[in-house]
Amino acid sequence: MSAGPKGWHASAEAVLLPLGALAAALLAFGLFVWFGGVSPTEAWALLFKGAFGDAFAWQNTLQRAAPLMLTALAVALPAQAGVTVIGGEGALVLGALGCAALPYLWPGLAGTPGSVAVLAAGALLGGLWVALAGALRQWRGVNETISSLLLSYIAIALFKHFVEGPMRDPASLNKPSTRPLAESLRIGAIAPDSLLGDVHWGLVIGAVLCVLAGLWLSFTASGFALRVVGGNARTARLVGLPSDALVVLACALGGACAGLAGGLEVAAVHTAANASVMAGLGYTGILVSFVARHNPWAIPPVALLFGGFAAAGSLLQRRLGLPDASVLVLQGFAFVAILGSEALRGRLFLLRLPTLAPPRLAAVAGKPV
Amino acid sequence: MTADAWIDLLLAIVGGAVRVGTPFLFVSLGECLTEKSGRINLGLEGVLVFSAMAGFGGAYLSGSVWLGVLLAGCSGAALALLHGLLCSLPRVSDIATGIALMLLGAGLAFYLGKPLIQPQAPQIPSLGLGAWSSSPGVQSALAINALFPLGVVLAGALAWGLANTRWGLVVRMVGDSSDAARALGHSVNGVRIAATTAGGFIAGLGGASLSLYYPGSWNEGLSSGQGLIAVALVIFARWHPWRCLGAALLFGGAGAVGPALQSVGISGGTYLFNAMPYVLTLLILVATCSPQRSIKGAPMELGMNR
Repeated sequence: MSAGPKGWHASAEAVLLPLGALAAALLAFGLFVWFGGVSPTEAWALLFKGAFGDAFAWQNTLQRAAPLMLTALAVALPAQAGVTVIGGEGALVLGALGCAALPYLWPGLAGTPGSVAVLAAGALLGGLWVALAGALRQWRGVNETISSLLLSYIAIALFKHFVEGPMRDPASLNKPSTRPLAESLRIGAIAPDSLLGDVHWGLVIGAVLCVLAGLWLSFTASGFALRVVGGNARTARLVGLPSDALVVLACALGGACAGLAGGLEVAAVHTAANASVMAGLGYTGILVSFVARHNPWAIPPVALLFGGFAAAGSLLQRRLGLPDASVLVLQGFAFVAILGSEALRGRLFLLRLPTLAPPRLAAVAGKPV
Repeated sequence: MTADAWIDLLLAIVGGAVRVGTPFLFVSLGECLTEKSGRINLGLEGVLVFSAMAGFGGAYLSGSVWLGVLLAGCSGAALALLHGLLCSLPRVSDIATGIALMLLGAGLAFYLGKPLIQPQAPQIPSLGLGAWSSSPGVQSALAINALFPLGVVLAGALAWGLANTRWGLVVRMVGDSSDAARALGHSVNGVRIAATTAGGFIAGLGGASLSLYYPGSWNEGLSSGQGLIAVALVIFARWHPWRCLGAALLFGGAGAVGPALQSVGISGGTYLFNAMPYVLTLLILVATCSPQRSIKGAPMELGMNR
C-alpha cells in the first residue's frame, strides 16, 4: 500500500531538493579540491567564513548579492514566459555603457534626477537588447538561448570598442575606462557608518524589484497572463492572450533589470565603465535563477548564497592557494546538481525502502490466488 | 591600400579561414552527430575550452602532441557524457544542461589550466601547402593545421556513415522518431548518450586544434563563443556534414577578417571586426529559421522549432 503524494510534499520538495543539490555540490567541490591536495574541511570552513563569518564578510557578500538579484531576474522573468534567455551578461555590459555614456551626451546631469536618468539609460539599453532576442524568437523562430548568447558576445564587443575608443578617458592609461561619473550622480552607501559599511543602495533596489516581480507575477492579471504563456503557449493562444507581446515584454523587463545592474556597477561601485564591469555577474545570475526555480520570491536568498560563495573566493585563494576559478567550479557543480535534482521532483517522498509484505501472486488460470 | 596590400589581406583571410575554421569544423561535426540523434548539446562551448586546456596539458606533460590531441578528445567525450547522462534523466531540459556544462567546462578549464598559462607545449605540425610560392606571405597564409585534413575526412566519414551504415540509420531513427526506435527495440537514451559522447570526442579534437596550433598556448581568453557559433552553424548547414565543412570555412573567414586587417595595418575598430562571426551567425539564424514551418532536414525529435 503506497501513500499517494500529499499536499505538503510539493512545498517540502521545493525546499529540500535545492538544499540537497547544494549540499551535493559542496560535497563534490570538497572531493575536487581533495584530489588537488587541499583539505576539504578547510575549504568548507573558509567558504563559510569568507561568506558569513564576520561583518566584513557580510558586507562583501551583500555587495556581491545586489547585482546577482537583478541579473537573476533577467533570466527568471523571461523563464516565467517560457523563454530561456541567458543574455544577462550582455545586457549588463550595455547597461554599464549606457550609464557611462549619458553624461557624455548630456553634460548638465546632476543630483538625484541625474542618477535616476543614468540608471534609466542603462536599464533601457539592457531592456532593448534582450527584447531583441525575444522578438527574434516570436517573429523568426530563432532559438532564444543561442540568439541571446550571441547578442551578449556582440554587446561585449561593442562595449570594448566604445570604452577603448570613442568614449575613452584620456587620463586612463593603464586600464581603458570612460570618464568617471560626476560625484553627484553616484549612488552612495546605504548607511556608511553602520555595520553595513560600503553596501550601496543597489541591494535595496535589487530586493525591491524581486518583491515587485513576485507581486506582479502572483497577484496581477498581466502577471498571470505571462505565466499562462509560459506554462502552455497553445492554451494562451487559444484563450486569446497576446503571447508575442507578453514574451517580448518579459524579455524587455528582464533585460532592463540586467541593464540596471550594469548601471549600478558603474554608478555605485566602479564610477566608470571599464573591464571590471565584466565579472561574470550575468552568468552567475543564470545559475541563481535556476536554483531559485525562476521564482522571484526565492531569488534574494539564493543570490545571497552565491554572493557569499563569490566573496569567499578571494579567501580561498589567499589561504589555500586555490585559483580564483574555484568559485566557477563550485558554481558549475551547483548548476549540474540543481538540474539533476529536478529529476527527483514529484518522486522524493515516493522513494521507499522495500517492505516485507507478502508477495502478491498473479492470478492462476484466471482465478485470483 | 595598394594592390599588394589587398592581395596580402585576401591571403590572410583565406589562410585564416582554414586556421580559424578548424575548431568550428570539429565542433559543428560533433554537434551534427549529437543533433542527428535528437539531442542538442549547447555545452560544446564548455567542451571546447576544457578540451583545449586538457590537450595542451597533455601535450605539455607528455611531450607528445598527438597524445595531447587524444587527451583533448577523451576529455571532450567525458564532459559530453556528463551532458548525455544528465539529459537522460526525466524532466531535465537539454538547453539548461547545455548552459550548465558551458559554465562547468569553462570553470574546470580555468581552474586546472592555471599552471599551464606560461609554458609552451609541442605543436601540431602544419602542412605547408604554400611551398610552391616564393613569397613568405603566401607560404605562411597557406600553411594549414594538420588536423584540418583529418576534419575533412571525418566530415566525409560522418556523411557516408549516417547515410549508409546501420548505426547511422539507428542514430537518425532515434533523432527523427523515438517511438519508431523504441518499437524496434533500440534504447533511445542509450543511443543519444553514445551519440553525444562521440560528438564530444570530435569537438574535443577541435579544442586541441585551438591550443596546440600556432600560436599555440593556453590562456583564459582562448575561446569566446566559438563553440556556440558552431552549434548555430549546424542549423545553417541543415545537419549535413559536408555543409558543416563549408559553413566552418565561411565562418572561419569571417573570424579571420579582424586579425587579417590588423596584419595589414588597419587597427581601428578591431573589436567590431572580431564580432563579425557573431553578427553573421545571428543574421544567418534569422534568415534560416521560420516560426511557422520546421526547417527542412531538422531531426524531428530535436524540439528546437516552436
